Amino acid sequence: MNIIIPIKQVPETSNVKMDKEKGTMIRDGVQTVINPLDLYALETGIQLKEKFGGKITVISMGPPSATKALKEAIAMGCDDAVLLSDKKFAGSDTWATSYTISQSIKEMGDYDLIIAGERATDGDTGQVGPGIAAWLDLPLATYVSKIEKVDETELVVERLVEEGYQKLQMPMPALLTVVKEISHPRLPTLRGKKKARVSEIPIFTAEKMNLKPESLGLNGSPTKVVKIDFPTVTRGGTVVKVEGETGVEEAVDKLLDFLKRKELI
Amino acid sequence: MNELWTIAEQKNGKLKSVSFELLSRGRKLADEMNAKLCSVLIGGPMKDETLQELFHRGADMAYVVEDERLEDFIVETHSNVLTDLIETYKPHTILAAATTSGRTMMPYVAIKVNTGLTADCTELAIEEGTNHLLQTRPAIGGNIMATIKTPNHSPQMATVRPKSSRPLPENTSRSGEILRVKLKEELVDARVKVLGIRKDEEEFANIEEADVIVSGGKGMKKEENFGMLRDLASHFNAVIGASRDAVDRGWATYPHQVGLSGKTVSPKLYICAGVSGSIQHLAGIKTAEHIVAINSDPDANIFQVADFGIVGDLFEVIPALNKKLEMEKGGAPDEI
Repeated sequence: MNIIIPIKQVPETSNVKMDKEKGTMIRDGVQTVINPLDLYALETGIQLKEKFGGKITVISMGPPSATKALKEAIAMGCDDAVLLSDKKFAGSDTWATSYTISQSIKEMGDYDLIIAGERATDGDTGQVGPGIAAWLDLPLATYVSKIEKVDETELVVERLVEEGYQKLQMPMPALLTVVKEISHPRLPTLRGKKKARVSEIPIFTAEKMNLKPESLGLNGSPTKVVKIDFPTVTRGGTVVKVEGETGVEEAVDKLLDFLKRKELI
Repeated sequence: MNELWTIAEQKNGKLKSVSFELLSRGRKLADEMNAKLCSVLIGGPMKDETLQELFHRGADMAYVVEDERLEDFIVETHSNVLTDLIETYKPHTILAAATTSGRTMMPYVAIKVNTGLTADCTELAIEEGTNHLLQTRPAIGGNIMATIKTPNHSPQMATVRPKSSRPLPENTSRSGEILRVKLKEELVDARVKVLGIRKDEEEFANIEEADVIVSGGKGMKKEENFGMLRDLASHFNAVIGASRDAVDRGWATYPHQVGLSGKTVSPKLYICAGVSGSIQHLAGIKTAEHIVAINSDPDANIFQVADFGIVGDLFEVIPALNKKLEMEKGGAPDEI
């Protein structure tokens, strides 16, 4: 079974510093990691490979430094990696990103399954996975929490939805986006790390993939950011300290007053 | 006249409340740009009288594509139907709820009709002069609010969080036109089949749509202690939430997890006990209307975002709170 896993490199914490004038993230000095929700996609893919054989190719779109995330994926147990990197890709929204990634997947051809994380923790849209499925016209299951059955041509999966778990049967090739519940990501092995270190990661540019220039990057993105605001984190609420014997009662009374004032009870 | 569409959702012939929440957002925007507000329902068979509530809650018109095969959400078929409607009737703007189906169908359709899409908007407005939809959303873990527009593509598309707006009061004197569009056979994609639905727990936790969430973190110490949180939750008809620490320790299951790697929630009231407030957790609750925190550590991050905080031992505070709430419910006198 050949599996493709698109991943994203994201800042390690969500506590990023912003350049307030430019409205961009200050990336200097910020540690980057594989998007934590992509780890579940990687683990799911590796488990399928262990059962059915085949190979896993990881793809990421980003600056040359995103090679680090791809190498980490190889260290976990993926086989190959491809980096989509070109100045022309900069500023892509989810439409342009899913276009670029889907074209690279077309370029690579032969695959049975694409597995993506539910969303990235920085952009937080969850739109690129479904977008890739739409570009490639693949059957899609989002929020997959369990793969119940796999055979040569077909999958049975469960999706975590509002009412519970929806069970779907779908043919392959298909695209799944997975949630945390599906697996426990493994740590890289020493052997994996060694392999990652010597892996050559090919870089796909816009030219190499024969992409439509008008569909790339900031200019090719239908959505435009027009304004950035910085919400204040601190709400400046009331904090009551429990002190002494009567403290608990008093604190609880004050809380009940607050809830009544706000018409919450 | 321009049309502004909101995507209605249904289950077993009943409209879901997100359908009405979207109409309340849509009504304001439609009035601002003098557009017709249309509710679009793609689903199983619906009675005319059920659909009236769409008009009572603000819609001017309803597009209804109903068929047994549309009862369960299947992204391929539902997207084909919506894409076909868009190409036929050319709406100016489409809003959908950021539910599991909205978040799946909208990005799929945005690619098919070649336009932009903004996820999880908290504010929507119409730009004067251009009538572009100004879409504001939190990004980068809630550190920024970005306002986004789609200047050169049509339709304008956005999803909004369930529960982020309230339905308009029901006005039974309002009425509107129901346009039933027959499902075209060629739009049915038979590749994916729904085999069924399984519920894990009696009350399946849907924390994204909850009005009140009572959440526990590492400070709860063990699974059994979530019992007192469930008691507290029962007073508010609340759903149980949990921090990543608590889920990783097996005290609550993943569907309950609040935070960046769990669910982003926006309830009217978020009560948390023994939650220190990691950046990831705070990012998941930033859009909550009111936050109440109970924690023994006065320096816990959670107090920075709390509207009301109690520094104290949760094992004393929560039982005391439950007792008082129990008394109030029973109509007991103020003093005992």
